[in-house]
Amino acid sequence: MAKTQRKIDELTIRFAGDSGDGMQLVGTQLSILCGKYGNGVNTFPDYPAEIRAPEGTLYGVSAYQVNLGNHPVFTHGNKIDVLVAMNASSVKVNLPNVREGGIIIVDTNGFTDKYLTLAEYPSNPLEDGTYSKYNMVKIDIKGVMEKELAGSGLSPKNLVRTKNIFSLGVVYWLLNQKYDITLKWLEKKFGKKPDVLDANVKALDRGFKYGEECSELTEQLIVSPADRQKGHYRNITGNEAAALGLVTASRLAHMPLFLGSYPITPATEILHFLSGFKRYGVRHLQAEDEIGGICSAIGAAFGGNLACTTTSGPGLSLKIEAIGYAVITELPLIIIDVQRAGPSTGIPTKMEQGDLLQAIYGRHGEAPLPVLAARSCADCYDICIEAARIATKYMTPVMVLTDGYIAQGTEPWRLPDVDKLPAFHKQFVTNPEGFEPYKRDPETLARMWALPGTPGMEHRIGGLEKQNNGNAVSSDGMNHQVMSEIRDRKISQIANDIPLLEVEGSQNGDILVVCWGSTYGAVKTAHTKMTKEGKTFSFAHLRYMNPLPRNLGEVLGNFKRILVPEVNLGQLKFILQSKFTRPMEGLNKMQGIPFKESEIEAKVLELINNK
Amino acid sequence: MIDIDNTPNTALYPEIVTKMNHTSGENLEAKDFKSATAVRWCPGCGNFSILAQLQKALSEMGIPREKFAIVSGIGCSSRFPYYMNTYGFHTIHGRAIAMATGLRMARPDLSIWVPTGDGDCLSIGGNHFIHACRRNMNLNILMFNNEIYSLTKGQQSPTSRVGQKTKSSPLGVIDDPFEPATLALGAGATFVARGMDADPKNLKELFKAAHSHLGTSFVEVYTNCVIFNDGALKSFTDKETRKEHTIWLEHGKPLLFGENMDKGIKMDGARPRVVSLNDGKHSIDDVLVHNNEDSYMAFLLANMSYDPTMPRPMGIFLDLKLDTYIQRSEKQLAMYYDPHADLHTLLKGEDSWEVN
Repeated sequence: MAKTQRKIDELTIRFAGDSGDGMQLVGTQLSILCGKYGNGVNTFPDYPAEIRAPEGTLYGVSAYQVNLGNHPVFTHGNKIDVLVAMNASSVKVNLPNVREGGIIIVDTNGFTDKYLTLAEYPSNPLEDGTYSKYNMVKIDIKGVMEKELAGSGLSPKNLVRTKNIFSLGVVYWLLNQKYDITLKWLEKKFGKKPDVLDANVKALDRGFKYGEECSELTEQLIVSPADRQKGHYRNITGNEAAALGLVTASRLAHMPLFLGSYPITPATEILHFLSGFKRYGVRHLQAEDEIGGICSAIGAAFGGNLACTTTSGPGLSLKIEAIGYAVITELPLIIIDVQRAGPSTGIPTKMEQGDLLQAIYGRHGEAPLPVLAARSCADCYDICIEAARIATKYMTPVMVLTDGYIAQGTEPWRLPDVDKLPAFHKQFVTNPEGFEPYKRDPETLARMWALPGTPGMEHRIGGLEKQNNGNAVSSDGMNHQVMSEIRDRKISQIANDIPLLEVEGSQNGDILVVCWGSTYGAVKTAHTKMTKEGKTFSFAHLRYMNPLPRNLGEVLGNFKRILVPEVNLGQLKFILQSKFTRPMEGLNKMQGIPFKESEIEAKVLELINNK
Repeated sequence: MIDIDNTPNTALYPEIVTKMNHTSGENLEAKDFKSATAVRWCPGCGNFSILAQLQKALSEMGIPREKFAIVSGIGCSSRFPYYMNTYGFHTIHGRAIAMATGLRMARPDLSIWVPTGDGDCLSIGGNHFIHACRRNMNLNILMFNNEIYSLTKGQQSPTSRVGQKTKSSPLGVIDDPFEPATLALGAGATFVARGMDADPKNLKELFKAAHSHLGTSFVEVYTNCVIFNDGALKSFTDKETRKEHTIWLEHGKPLLFGENMDKGIKMDGARPRVVSLNDGKHSIDDVLVHNNEDSYMAFLLANMSYDPTMPRPMGIFLDLKLDTYIQRSEKQLAMYYDPHADLHTLLKGEDSWEVN
């Protein structure tokens, strides 16, 4: 049968299977390859908390979604166009998100009675019409590969394990994509096990060929390369970008980098990366607990390191007392909170934006600190550098918010020219004359910083309130008022040192969508799409959560209605309403997954229609 | 560059640290370590004696004053940094050791001292304490044990004794106390010692020995709280009774004690017992000889605190030479660290591509 080709703008592919099926692996390979060949790419790993959840269960499904575009893409996609599923449960949990008429590629070995029972299907959905609205591609992968590898002597276990690579081959055919990069990767991964390498290469080739031969797949879906700015690119997760940002910041600040951290999902990869960067002089401590993580970082900051601690919501709660200490001792410190669905353990592998109020306000006493939020995987790099700049310039702990979606998802990243990034070389005080630890720079209000070891500068700092401009401990109420107000002013005036808020779309009018953090992608995509369709609204994205950009009030004043979409129950809306005392509309999602652009679209449309 | 840990690589300091012209560590006196801040402990507090001995001990180490950092948590003990004319970091309750750990890693050139108390160290800070012991982090932890919470005004502490009446145990303490030396040894500490506020001369020597030891040094100091637990440790600290109730541990010397030094510790099967050298049955040859490089013996001696028939050991239980955490971490750094490593290579990762 002759096959046709159809060009499309955007395609969303989701791999789903058991947590041991290698879905994250093939999803990652697809995203790397398509990124290299020029597509816009955005990915979303969606996995259970169990490392190897019981096979075939509904709750054990692990998935990796890849959204490809012939333009830069900012979200993980809307409806799924192509679902690749290893068993019945994997189809069942994802079916509500598959586009009607979409392609579902299944391994029929995952539809035996055992799997159907686990998926709670009363009869076989491949035969009873359950999937009649979809373009089903049913493959007995095991059977096909047995023939392909006949006589190879490969163990049955290793044979079955090639099913993910086989399915990747089918997808490559569907995209009409050459896959030399994946072959190279296989060689590197399995080079020491020639039989396994051979089996996987054959599986990839066979999958591709299968696509060509099978009658269910009649057309290839071509996603052309996107127009891209010239430069050097790679795929990057937010967590790796954050690690690289910290190393870069340490170079720019001329301060050795120290990480004190305790493993917690979904922040742990930052610890993994930094602990491997010894070549770049990174010192790290895997501490005994979250508190040990931040306290060791504060100790390292006292010693003159660029110090950092990484965590997620529950860990941030444990660190809060120590953050108050960093505020009163006025030491630079970077705290990265990779947000996940809470409270408590919540849904630990799923994203949320639920820590905004904890980040800004969650402390004892008046303890202000700057809070920044990254908008995308790549932005995690820039924002860590910005956090280090602010922390060292103003002598303050700085909180960086990311979330499980951008921390573990990927996107192509255009590498910066690191030699051209502005340095922020910290000047330590070495002249004892006129030195007092709480004397301040009149402009930044940063206190004087002398490192232990400096001759003639011996001094004591600590958690007790200090005399303004001095060194001594002070319990004087009037002094406490002065010091509290200085600490507050020091942070609020950073608004003069950060960019103004920009509005995309018309600068004034009816509807302004104000978003923050990773919600950027969905809002940006919805905006582009609706603007094309003539349904106009404007949007502004906040990266600086505290202090807020100084023109925010003015921007808000230029619009009649404000919509604040957040993956929480309205935390930014609460802050904006209290600061600017006007009602705003919220759009709140609490499902452990990011917004889809269609959800933003629907809400904006509802507003447009209800003037 | 003075490097307290003898690490293989000291290149990784904040730039400024490598350029400092240090003062001389010679000819220092105790008064050079006194800060201008008025000492605010209660009159008669055992901490005064400890403070005086630490000031003396630091002055005799030949290290420039600016190289000392005192890191404390919360409690009466933790006011220490304010009274020492060194760098000081008065942190939060229980966290001094964790903060000091980060400072230690960032600055292998400093001599770091952590004055703490039985509550700060063993209760709220217990986790950091045991992990510092196991890591052999080169810190000098001085734990002032008065068997009570003093700054919060008299509650039971993790070293308070069963039956002790305190403000939070009006009917008597019902939980068994920690024995700090066994806890430290169990957690892997390589230097464990015990001294007392009432024996200043020996205390100073213990501080100096703690300094000389590379790795976590734990010194428990019996300290009298005159307000909330006066006299609790009297039988060990009073000159009258001390000789009968304590035994001074000296490396290579037989374990003798008593008013006339005529009692000794002898092994009886797997446990020690007290024998008299005047009973006609025992001689000096029966008495155990202390070896502070033997961790079996250290455990044995530390466990004697649980036995009311045994004298309380004072002095150095264990002084074991093992790699410190910093030596190992700096060794790893030295193997891979390249000050000229190209950042662009790191950013590029393994898979990158050019768009023209």
